[in-house]
Amino acid sequence: MGDTPAVETKALTRVFQPKKKKEGKSVTALDRVDLRIEKGELFGLLGPNGAGKTTLLKILSTLLLPTSGKAYVAGFDLEKDFVEVRRRINMVSGGEISGYGLLTVRENLWMFSQFYGIKSKDAKERIDSLLDKFGLSDKRDEKVRTLSTGQRQKMNVVRGFVTDPDILFLDEPTLGLDVNASRVIRDHIVDWVDNGKDKTVLLTTHYMAEADQLCNRIAIIDEGKILACNTPENLKKMVRMNKTLTLDVTLLADKSVLGAVKGVDKFTYVDDAEKNLTHLKFVLTDESAVSDIVSDVLGNGSKIVSLQKTEPTLEDVFIKMVGKGFE
Amino acid sequence: MSDGWIKRNVRAIRGRAYPRVIGSTREPSWMFFDVALPLLTVAAYAYIYKFMNAQAQYIGYVVIGGAMTAFWLNVLWSMASQLYWEKEIGNLQLYLMAPISRMSILAGMAVGGLFETTLRAVSTLVIGVVLFSVALNLSHPLMLFGIFFLTMVALYGMGMMFASLYLLFGREAYHMSNLMTEPVYLASGFYFPVKQLGFWAATGASLIPITLGLDAIRQLFYPTKTQDAFLPIATEALILLALCVVFLILAKYSLDYMERLGKTSGRLTLRWQ
Repeated sequence: MGDTPAVETKALTRVFQPKKKKEGKSVTALDRVDLRIEKGELFGLLGPNGAGKTTLLKILSTLLLPTSGKAYVAGFDLEKDFVEVRRRINMVSGGEISGYGLLTVRENLWMFSQFYGIKSKDAKERIDSLLDKFGLSDKRDEKVRTLSTGQRQKMNVVRGFVTDPDILFLDEPTLGLDVNASRVIRDHIVDWVDNGKDKTVLLTTHYMAEADQLCNRIAIIDEGKILACNTPENLKKMVRMNKTLTLDVTLLADKSVLGAVKGVDKFTYVDDAEKNLTHLKFVLTDESAVSDIVSDVLGNGSKIVSLQKTEPTLEDVFIKMVGKGFE
Repeated sequence: MSDGWIKRNVRAIRGRAYPRVIGSTREPSWMFFDVALPLLTVAAYAYIYKFMNAQAQYIGYVVIGGAMTAFWLNVLWSMASQLYWEKEIGNLQLYLMAPISRMSILAGMAVGGLFETTLRAVSTLVIGVVLFSVALNLSHPLMLFGIFFLTMVALYGMGMMFASLYLLFGREAYHMSNLMTEPVYLASGFYFPVKQLGFWAATGASLIPITLGLDAIRQLFYPTKTQDAFLPIATEALILLALCVVFLILAKYSLDYMERLGKTSGRLTLRWQ
């Protein structure tokens, strides 16, 4: 099992048939998906609604069968060894309302831990520790029905970690949460992967920044197909988009040399006499032009007030690949 | 990661039973809805029998039958319909994803349901006995326990089987539960000895385990009133045992079928599908 991947799919295909023929055509949710996620990775799956992200997670979590192709989780065949797979995984979805409202937070989490055969004492210790980490200690004896949306989602995420799975599937875990609740969840995910032995997370998200910040690698999926799969940095390099440099400098009299700097594609400026500033904007074909621009500005007796370089974002990559944003 | 298969499933049964066990202490309103309301029906029948100068044991039959209605309602509304509701709130997919037998989830529901319902049934029985001065003469408590146990295993086994079938029928299952409430009160003889329906009708009604269970329990409380008994207790016990086996096997089969169909079609087991 040395280099067994955490998740591997080979030509994985899932077609949903309409309930009745007259209700419409079949839908191909996954189309020959090949994916390999190594142990210890925090892997992101980015795609618009209906791209096939959730279908993939449902198959990997043994809730759906593929129409064709193969999938392995922790080295086990999903169709033949699904009980072994289930022992090693857990899944949390955004907006879950699972559990029972009349149970307390601690009781709910304990109940779900029992389905994985965890000793009560161990389960309660883990629950208390996780509730503390997620800032829910003061809610542990509150009934679940009294929790806010954010608190409830934190509890759901805790449920995923309580069983200490090898592989955790997170389906938009921060959906609809405020900044603080999202940050607590993100921080714990990163901490769990970094400090656990071969702990793996497969995360789907709508939030580009979240994927960019958290994931070692990202796959972009649309209409059931994986369009690209790489590190966030390499994905951004795939977008051949010119970088821009924006400078605010003290009023600059002579700008003629700036447009002629090697590596500058376009150059614009606006003088703001009232503030004694010149706003400069360069579209660069070569990043090495930055030092020449700075030298020329300083050589003309001006001082740099602010400087900002803009690079392609994951959103630019996504739009280029998918042809649309997350509208 | 965890202990063996059996321990894991025993813990799962305990885990799933817990919400029902603890629920009976958290929702005291059940005292009114589940004890006081059935007593009204019991009272209505008791007064009819009194008015007709029926033999005294008939009021005892009504009180025992009234107490047993709690189990039938629990099986219909909290066993048969339960997987459908679990699906709607998203619990079902978490249960299906867990490394346990699905029968353990249903067994947990049954054990928890049996516990909370026994509390209700005993409350109804005790209040009914006191209110109507019913004289019960129990000579074989162990046999009573045995019959009650067989009746409950067969009845909840039937509920476990219905749980998967209800999931297949979806919202229409709601109407099935409504449809099966009152007719079963009649067919199983909740308020009169089932023998009065005639042999063939009573035999048909015996497919519902509570019919024979109730008849046997009444015989154990009124051992001298053999004229009201449908079948001998030993025969009823054997039939109940057979029903236990049949319903548990059918429950396992229908659960596997439901899960397989759910995984193939993607509709049955996943929320909003």
